Amino acid sequence: MQPELIVFFVLGTVAVGSAIGMLLSRNAVYSALFLILNFATVAVFYLVLGAPFIAMVQVTVYAGAIMVLFLFVIMLLGAEHLERRTGADWQKPIAALLGVVLLVEAGYVLLSESVSLPGINVPAADYGAPVAIGELLFSEYLLPFEVTSVLLLAAMVGAIVITRRDAPRRKKR
Amino acid sequence: MPIISSTDLLAILPTAFVVVWACTLLLVDVFAGAGGKRLTPWLAALGLLAALVLSVRGGGLEQTAFNGMLEVDGFSHAINALVLGSGLLAVLLSVDYLRQHGIAKGEYYVMLLFSISGVMLMGAAADLIVVFLSIELLSIPLYILAAFAQPDPKSEEAGLKYFLLGAFAGAFLLYGVALVYGATASTRLSEITAAVAAGLENPIFLLLGAALILIGFGFKVAAAPFHMWTPDVYEGAPTPVTAFMAVGAKVGGFAALLRVFIVAFPSLGADLAPVLIGVVAATLIIGNVAAIAQNNIKRLLAYSSISHAGFILMAFVPYADDAVYRDTLAAALFYLLAFAVTSFGSWAVVMALEKAEGKGLELQDYAGLFRRHPGLAVAMFVFMLSFIGVPPTLGFAGKFYLFRAVLEGGYVGLAVLGVLTSLVSAYYYLRVVVVMFMQDGKPQAQASPLLNLATAVTAVGTVALFFFSQPLLDWAAGAFLRLF
Amino acid sequence: MVTNLLTDYWPILVLLLVSLGFAGIAMGGGLLLGPRRSSARKQEAYESGMRAIGPGTRQMPVRFYLVAVLFILFDIEVIFFLPWAVVFRQYYENGLGAFILLEMLVFIVILLVGYAYAWKKGALEWE
Repeated sequence: MQPELIVFFVLGTVAVGSAIGMLLSRNAVYSALFLILNFATVAVFYLVLGAPFIAMVQVTVYAGAIMVLFLFVIMLLGAEHLERRTGADWQKPIAALLGVVLLVEAGYVLLSESVSLPGINVPAADYGAPVAIGELLFSEYLLPFEVTSVLLLAAMVGAIVITRRDAPRRKKR
Repeated sequence: MPIISSTDLLAILPTAFVVVWACTLLLVDVFAGAGGKRLTPWLAALGLLAALVLSVRGGGLEQTAFNGMLEVDGFSHAINALVLGSGLLAVLLSVDYLRQHGIAKGEYYVMLLFSISGVMLMGAAADLIVVFLSIELLSIPLYILAAFAQPDPKSEEAGLKYFLLGAFAGAFLLYGVALVYGATASTRLSEITAAVAAGLENPIFLLLGAALILIGFGFKVAAAPFHMWTPDVYEGAPTPVTAFMAVGAKVGGFAALLRVFIVAFPSLGADLAPVLIGVVAATLIIGNVAAIAQNNIKRLLAYSSISHAGFILMAFVPYADDAVYRDTLAAALFYLLAFAVTSFGSWAVVMALEKAEGKGLELQDYAGLFRRHPGLAVAMFVFMLSFIGVPPTLGFAGKFYLFRAVLEGGYVGLAVLGVLTSLVSAYYYLRVVVVMFMQDGKPQAQASPLLNLATAVTAVGTVALFFFSQPLLDWAAGAFLRLF
Repeated sequence: MVTNLLTDYWPILVLLLVSLGFAGIAMGGGLLLGPRRSSARKQEAYESGMRAIGPGTRQMPVRFYLVAVLFILFDIEVIFFLPWAVVFRQYYENGLGAFILLEMLVFIVILLVGYAYAWKKGALEWE
């Protein structure tokens, strides 16, 4: 067996397993920890696919910053332990059934149409390197790059407006 | 290595101006004293007016900018004019309302301006990445604005619901973009068409991607079955926000829908037609039938706005037909204009009658309006007629052109459904009229000069512009997309 | 790709193994060698040797959340600096130094507006 394949199956098992663990655990903090494992596995996937920059972003932004936010929200709401009954139990079997139907349908279409994906050209080794990304981002994708900063600004102002009460400040005694 | 030129900057000038103005406004508002803060709305209006002038003056500009990321053409100019005009009306409606409800913060107008810049970017977006970014730039400020009346729980609920479902829809859109990229190796609309023409694409993944993108846009324009959020969000958000959301988000969503599908996915027209027909039928039926059961005027107008999305989508069904798509485009733009004018007017009347803590929003609160405030009642009457599509109002002309496009595309059944649901809609719109004119009651309206001005302008516009329908349609038809 | 993955990233793999090994030795060592005498006090939540005040799952104020959101936004901003920094010289040598500098300046200035706003608004203060 090729080493790529072995790595893929090991990583895939861990990724799917941690995703299922996240969904099934009743303690929201455990769910968050499972999610971190999942994010880390996905980061390794990116590395295997030759995208080290995305892998780094995945670790710093998702596994790092966003998970901190998740944990804050869990603590904020005091929602560590979920109630076993959520009042939407009747939806579960329907959702599972519909999911299976979708899976079968997609599988049927993909198999019956005998999709032959054209073999992709193996990209150059430094295709996903920060340098390659920098070359594209700051020339061809200049506009999206600048729009991103406007987006971040809007989100920042929004977060402050929503969370801060402009109540008259209490004077320190 | 491509580098930008001054023509690129010229192409994005109105949008960039709105962004820079919003940033300046933010700083002015936070550093100014209480006296300066009172100026914020007027500065926002001034900026929008200046951007409108810039956009109209550059109206003849037609070019591809930023390495194909933007396509500045008649269509993008039309969208700019529509959304900047809507923004001005929104500011007009907001000033007194925010003060009365104790939520007069300068950030409101900054968020409004950011959202407007998102719609403007959307009108010109010629790359799926820019489409995604601009849909987020349009939406994120709207999530905030919907929750702007916090800690009012209804407003918080509206913001949270809109945000969660919007993020979910954004994920669909992004996954669709990824699949389209996988199928054609490009996110540039023109290159997608080129790849399809050269037979380089993977048809299944292209279709899947386009369908997911359709879901994302369907959420933005509140088409069934992606409409669930609409009544709750429209009801909970502060009313001027709802007024802008109803128009701004629709203009943005339809701008993206029209350009992306007409330019990039004409090859999928036959495959998508049954899906689109289903969406249109569901939207028309759910929007119009559910509106009958509503007693809250905000919810009634929310369902009404869903049904109007259905009418525009109806003309969108034959989008891939070479003979029809120009008419589709013109009719859709015209209807967006008609809907914008009528919708802002009706929301202005709603705001005139709204009192603190969500009182004054029931249909029964409109009883006897004609006796007490004949001007408001007559204006509302005009808006309801326009929503139904009765001449001489803009709504009639708009529906007329939409139906014409549908019939040209050969979808007689859809046109019949459209007429039938229009008849159904007459029931609930006229119910408002009956309550206003024929029942007794003691409604109390706030006499705010700005609100009265907005109501008068839109009411007169709804009727007067009807007589200029043909030139307006020609303007809309002139706004065709540059083809490749 | 896997083979050069191993050669390129072996320091990370070593780090991973060392940290796993350290945690394993520390915990395993304690488990094997340490005496086990349980008492009620020992079952309490560990709070640096102090007596625990209340349960460990109290709700936190929303201010933490605001700080975390601001952190994420600036984190994403910083991410964009990396590809910029590694191509700067290349652009400069192509005569595009001013161009790429201006590009990043626009990006930073837009976010600086947000920073100035957050500062003035007191979002960075811990009243």
